[in-house]
Amino acid sequence: MIIEAILLTVITASTPLVIAALGELVTERSGVLNLGVEGMMIIGAVCAFAAAQASGSPFIGVLAGVAAGAAFSLLFGFLTLTLVANQVATGLALTILGLGVSGMVGESLVGVPGVKLAPIAIPVLADIPIVGPLFFKQDIIFYLSIALVVGVNWFLFKSRAGLKLRAIGDSHGSAHTLGLPVIRTRYLAVMFGGACAGLAGAQLSLVYTPQWVENMSAGRGWIALALVVFAAWRPWRLLAGGYLFGAVTIGQLHAQAFGIGLPSQFLSALPYAATIVVLIIISHNRRTTLINTPASLGKPFVPDR
Amino acid sequence: MKKFLLALAASAAALAAVAAPASAQDKTKICFVYVGTKTDGGWTQAHDIGRQELQAHFGDKIETPFLESVPEGPDAERAIERMARSGCAMVFSTSFGFMDATLKVAEKFPDVKFEHATGYKTAANVATYNSRFYEGRFINGQIAGKMSKKGVAGYIASFPIPEVVGGINAFLHGARTVNPEFKLKVIWVNTWFDPGKEADAAKALIDQGVDILTQHTDTTAPMQVAQERGIQAFGQASDMIAAGPTAQLSSIVDTWGAYYIKRTQAVIDGTWASQQTFDGLKDGILTMAPFTNMPDDVKAMATDTMTKIKAGELKPFTGPINKQDGTPWLKDGESADDGTILGMNFYIEGVDDKLPQ
Repeated sequence: MIIEAILLTVITASTPLVIAALGELVTERSGVLNLGVEGMMIIGAVCAFAAAQASGSPFIGVLAGVAAGAAFSLLFGFLTLTLVANQVATGLALTILGLGVSGMVGESLVGVPGVKLAPIAIPVLADIPIVGPLFFKQDIIFYLSIALVVGVNWFLFKSRAGLKLRAIGDSHGSAHTLGLPVIRTRYLAVMFGGACAGLAGAQLSLVYTPQWVENMSAGRGWIALALVVFAAWRPWRLLAGGYLFGAVTIGQLHAQAFGIGLPSQFLSALPYAATIVVLIIISHNRRTTLINTPASLGKPFVPDR
Repeated sequence: MKKFLLALAASAAALAAVAAPASAQDKTKICFVYVGTKTDGGWTQAHDIGRQELQAHFGDKIETPFLESVPEGPDAERAIERMARSGCAMVFSTSFGFMDATLKVAEKFPDVKFEHATGYKTAANVATYNSRFYEGRFINGQIAGKMSKKGVAGYIASFPIPEVVGGINAFLHGARTVNPEFKLKVIWVNTWFDPGKEADAAKALIDQGVDILTQHTDTTAPMQVAQERGIQAFGQASDMIAAGPTAQLSSIVDTWGAYYIKRTQAVIDGTWASQQTFDGLKDGILTMAPFTNMPDDVKAMATDTMTKIKAGELKPFTGPINKQDGTPWLKDGESADDGTILGMNFYIEGVDDKLPQ
């Protein structure tokens, strides 16, 4: 079944984008702009690969990827939240550092055969034709990605803690005056973003292409960052955007293999164009976009003591 | 944004190279600019192995600094210029896309020698060197023609430059010499280096029914997909057998070391002159990974073709060959000249794709 085969590839290609973008969404909702997604992702990828290699267990690899991403994001947190360094510059530095460090750490891992994270079939559901193999015979990271979208949406818009986080992102001054722990919340949000980027990286080196090569994230962190903005900081739109991007990417490869005769440069640019157009259409309502944009995004916060 | 970052990183690395201790005044500095990382498992790794052989050959008489992951385009010019400014006697720029940047920088530094890989523009201080990769791809095509049960192979291509287009043609022509009905599906991924995208392209091709894969991109991801899906594939630039122990049929392996040593010696001796090198299997600049995972008769055929190419008895692009639209290109027994091969910008008959312009 070719459609099923295409969709399976789409899921694998979209999952890391959705996870990394979701983490960044929470970070940005708290008012912090971390441009280091690419760096945290690649650190997650190399640590996940190394841990899976050393332990022989891809699950330990996943945990290591998440932990490494979160730990690496702490560096960003310390610089921007405690030392109040410029967030844009620090984020860029984090990406450059991540790419460099991962290359160094992973030097001996290049060419080493990887361990693939095995899919887990969910009893009964996995036997449903078409839908079963697509959604219920996947690896743990895919299940986690969907759970995370549902969970983050609930957390942000239905829970008290989420309301506080959004309040901090919208006006850290007022939130501080109300006694909300601005810095602590932001630290946690940054770490959540790092953990998600690390998980996305683990997906790259344990599921997508179970191997380690330098720069293997190949710009996916930047796409994730763009998705957050175009999804207007809403988790469900982000899920849609991520899958749309993945679907057009894979679709254009199939279109080429079918030999439909459109220029390949045009087809390669299509995922970007299509995702931007669709997300702009969903977010055309300026009011909704403004309401959803964290008003304190990227602004430094120094509590007066 | 990514490009900008890479440029930043490249400039930072270049600065580090410039800032290196000046104690090595008496050492000849031979510099390298890479498009990928030196451990990509493919193209750049092959160049870096060549650089290491060069360093080992001359020992402490030379230094061989290098810049990795330099993007093609305007950033390349900055990176190459930094290298030239840092006192390099010769700069090897190892990607086709560095061509114009190399020439521009060369104009500003007439005393520095430049060697540009796979390009076609030269100057008084710019030489080019290229490998007849198509010879290896022709052999791979013949193997594919024998090994494919469905008679359809998938080709993961990077950018529509003559070298890649020529590779596609050579592969298909090779396959058609043993199976005249052979077909080729091509996917352009528009990148040299993106394991995920390369793997996606491999999956798409396999899902559409090809049972042999070949690639002109730099990572082992397609080989890994072939291994996982139980089909066969050819590696590129380096031996990729580790990624596909039961999948790899062969691989064209670039062996630049001997050339780097020869040209460095020329710089040291003061005999360096601009030239266009276009060497192949017989010169050892290109070798084939062992023919594996195939029956003995196919192996014998491949070995025989390789021997004939080395001896100059067989030229891969020998007619009759038609262009894609069916018009004749080469008459029976006529061989393509090097100029046509180096500038190839058309498909031959049987490629199931429209060539990007």
